[in-house]
Amino acid sequence: MTVATKPAAAADKEMLISGCAAIAQALRLADIDVVTAYPIRPYDTVMQAVAKLIANGELDAEYIVASSEHDQFEIVKHASAVGARVFCGSSGVGWMYAMEAIAVTPALRLPMVALVGNRALDDPGAFGCEHNDALCVRDLGWMLTWVDTAQEALDTALIAYRVAEDPRIFLPCAIGADGAFLTHSETIVKVPSKEKVDQFLPKYDRGDKLLHPDNPITIAPQVNEDWVMEIRKQNDEAMRRARGVIQEAFRDFHKIFGRQGGNPFVESYMADDAEVILFGQGTLSMPVKVGVRKLREQGHKVGFVRLRWLRPFPTPEVQEALGRAKAVGVVDRDYSFGSPNYGAVLYNEVRSALYDLPKRPHVISFICGLGGREVTLDSVVEMSEILLKVAKTGKVEQPNYWIGVRG
Amino acid sequence: MTKALTVLPTQNLEPFKGVKKIALEEYFTSGHRTCQGCESALVMKLMAKAAGPRTVILGATGCMYVANTTYYSTSWVVPWMHTQLGAAGSAAVGTAAGLKALMRKNRIKQEPINVIAFCGDGGGADMGLSSISAALTYPEYNFLILMYDNESYANTDIQLSSMTPYGANTTFSPPGKARRILHKRWKKNVAGMLAAGHPECRYVATVDASYALEMMNRVRKALTIGGPTFIHSLDPCPKGWDYDPIQSHDLGELAVETGVWPLFEVEDGVLKFYGKSKSIAQGRKRKPVREYLLRQGRFAHFTDEDIEYFQKKIDQMWERWLIPGAVCIAMSDDIKKALAKSEVELATAN
Ligand SMILES: Cc1ncc(C[n+]2csc(CCOP(=O)(O)OP(=O)(O)O)c2C)c(N)n1
Ligand code: SF4
Ligand SMILES: [Mg+2]
Repeated sequence: MTVATKPAAAADKEMLISGCAAIAQALRLADIDVVTAYPIRPYDTVMQAVAKLIANGELDAEYIVASSEHDQFEIVKHASAVGARVFCGSSGVGWMYAMEAIAVTPALRLPMVALVGNRALDDPGAFGCEHNDALCVRDLGWMLTWVDTAQEALDTALIAYRVAEDPRIFLPCAIGADGAFLTHSETIVKVPSKEKVDQFLPKYDRGDKLLHPDNPITIAPQVNEDWVMEIRKQNDEAMRRARGVIQEAFRDFHKIFGRQGGNPFVESYMADDAEVILFGQGTLSMPVKVGVRKLREQGHKVGFVRLRWLRPFPTPEVQEALGRAKAVGVVDRDYSFGSPNYGAVLYNEVRSALYDLPKRPHVISFICGLGGREVTLDSVVEMSEILLKVAKTGKVEQPNYWIGVRG
Repeated sequence: MTKALTVLPTQNLEPFKGVKKIALEEYFTSGHRTCQGCESALVMKLMAKAAGPRTVILGATGCMYVANTTYYSTSWVVPWMHTQLGAAGSAAVGTAAGLKALMRKNRIKQEPINVIAFCGDGGGADMGLSSISAALTYPEYNFLILMYDNESYANTDIQLSSMTPYGANTTFSPPGKARRILHKRWKKNVAGMLAAGHPECRYVATVDASYALEMMNRVRKALTIGGPTFIHSLDPCPKGWDYDPIQSHDLGELAVETGVWPLFEVEDGVLKFYGKSKSIAQGRKRKPVREYLLRQGRFAHFTDEDIEYFQKKIDQMWERWLIPGAVCIAMSDDIKKALAKSEVELATAN
C-alpha cells in the first residue's frame, strides 16, 4: 500500500514520558476501538496510561478490564474479527496464561498489536526483564519486534498497526519492551499530530473477512488433515510478505514523520569495519554502545548490531551486518535449556542464519542480564575480550558463557 | 455528565404465539455431522431460528463445533465463528464490544445485532466458568451465552464433567469389578449460581428443547431484554447417555417430569418456574427418577441403592433448597422467623 504524502501538518509535540506512556500516545493517535487490561508488572503501566486517556476524553475506545489474561486476549481477538482496531498486552506469566488465545490469533489471521513488557517467568518470583515470555510465540505466526527507546516504541506501535492490518498480512504483532529499562524509563519523545498519523495509517478494513450479518461467513470451521496444511502454508506466505510490507511502512513513515530512515531490521553501530561484533536486542544497546566506544578508544575494532525484528527474521540483513566479522557474540537475555551448544534462542537463530555464508564468523553465545540483572560495562568488556581472543586465535574454546553470574 | 450506563437498543423479538406462528426460515441447516437424535443440534437450530438473521454466533469447541462446521459444508446461515473451549464469555464480550465501538464511531451501520456465544457443559461449567461469570458483569454489552449441557465432554468421547450426573458411566468413570461407581460428584446448579451471583444480569433461564416453543421464546426474551444474559439447556445425547436415538424427546420430558431438571427463569431478579416445573413447585407429584435413569445405558450398573440415593438427592433439592434447582442453601430457622416478623411489621406499617 502506498500513501500519498502531503506537506507536514502540525509540528510534533515533545513530551517527557516512559516507553509505556509513549505507546499509549500511539494508541490515541491510532484511534483504537477496543482495549483489554489485566494487571501485571511491568507492561500494565501502558493500560494505566490508556485508562487516563479515555477518562480524559482523549481516546474513544471500549476499555475492558478482563478477569484473566486468557479472557483479555480472547476478547480482543473477537473484537478484531468484527473489524475493531484492538490493543492488548501482558508480561511474564501473564503472557503464558493467555497462551491458548495468543496461539490461535495468527492462525485466524486476525491483526492485533500487543505489548510484551518483558519479565522473567515465575518461579522464583522476579519482576525484571527476561525475553523468554515473548519468545514463546516466535514459531506461531506473530510478528515480533523489540524496541530500544520510548521514541522507537511510539513509532513502532504505529508501524505495527499499519503492517498487521495490511490485507496482505493480517497477522498480529507483538512489541517487546524490556521491563523497567524501557517500560518505565522516561525520556523526551516526539509525539506527532493526528493529521500526520492519519496520512500514514489507513482505517482497519477486513473486507470480505468481516464477521457481520451482511457478510455471513463461517470462521475457523473444522478442517483436519484435508486442509490444515494449505492453511499453514498461507500463514507462511503472509509472514514472507511481511518483510516487504514492513520496508514499505518504514519508507512511508520516514517520508511523513522524518524519522526511522535507517534499516528497519537491524541497527549497526560501529560495525562496518569491526572484527568482532556483539549482537542483541532491546535496551541492551545502551551499555553495549558505551562499551564499544570505550574499546574503540583503546584501538579494538569492536562493533554492535541490534536486531529490531525477530519475526520475520531478516536473514539477508543479519548476514550483511555480521558476515564480515571474525567473531560474533550473541547476547541473549533469555535461555533455552538443552539447546544446541547450550546457547540460547537468539544465538541459535543467528548461527542458523549465517550458515549459508561462504565465509562465516565464529559465533559465541553469551547469556546475560536475566531476571532484570543489569548488563554492566564490565560485562561488555568481558564479552568483547572473549571475542577478540577468538578473532585472534581463530579457535573457539567454549561456545557458551554465562556472564555476570555469581559463584 | 455522561449517563450511568449506555446500553444499545436490542431487537424487539416478540414471543412466538404458538407453534404455527414460528418463523419458517432456518439459520442452522444441513451440512452438519452430529449423531442421529442429537438434542444439542436441535438446540442450535431452535436458537438460531429464534434469533433470526441479524445475529452473530460464536461457538466454543465441543460437538457443536467439531460436528457442526465442516469446512465447505458449514450448517450456519448466519455469521459464525469458533472460539476456544473456555472462551464463550470472552467471545461474547469481545464481539459485542467491537460492534458497539464501531457503531458509536459510525464505522458500521447502527442497528441492533444479536450476539450469541454458546458452549458445552465442559466448556461452560468447567473451563469457561470464570469467563462467563466475568461476562455477566459487563452491563453495557448485549449478548446471550447459551450453555448446551449434554452432561459430558461428549466430543472427546464422553468423559465426565462437573455436570455429569452422579454415578454415570463415562469413559473416565467406567463401572468395574472393584468399584461400581467412580463418579461421586453431584451436578452443579450453574444457572442458579449465575443468577444469584450476578446482579447486573437481567435474564437467566433453564430450558429443555423437548419444549421447543418455550425454549425458543426464552432465547427471544434473553436477546430482547438486553445486557448480558445466560441460558442453560439440558440436552439428551444418545451417544453419551446410551439410548436409542428415537427417545431423545421423551428423555427431555422425563428429566422435567421427574424433577431432575427444573425449568425456571430469573427476570430482573425475580424467579419463576414454568412449564411442568411450575406445577411440580406447586405440589404436583414428580415421577420417580427410576423411570428416567433406567432408560439410559449410562446408569445400567445402578443398583436399587444407587437409585434410592439419586431419588433422595432430588427430593432434598425440592424440599430443602431455598429455591429448588437454583439455590442449594436454606435459611436457618431463626432468620426465617425474623424475616417473617419483619414482613408482618412492614405490612402493618403500610
Ligand atoms: C483447552 C482445550 N482443552 C481440551 C480440549 C479438547 N476438547 C475438545 S472438545 C472437548 C469437549 C468439550 O466438552 P463440552 O464443552 O461439554 O462440549 P461437548 O463436546 O460435550 O459438546 C474437549 C475437552 C480443547 N479443545 N481445548
Ligand atoms: S455425542 Fe452427543 S452431543 Fe455429540 S453429536 Fe452425538 S448426540 Fe450430539
Ligand atoms: Mg458436553
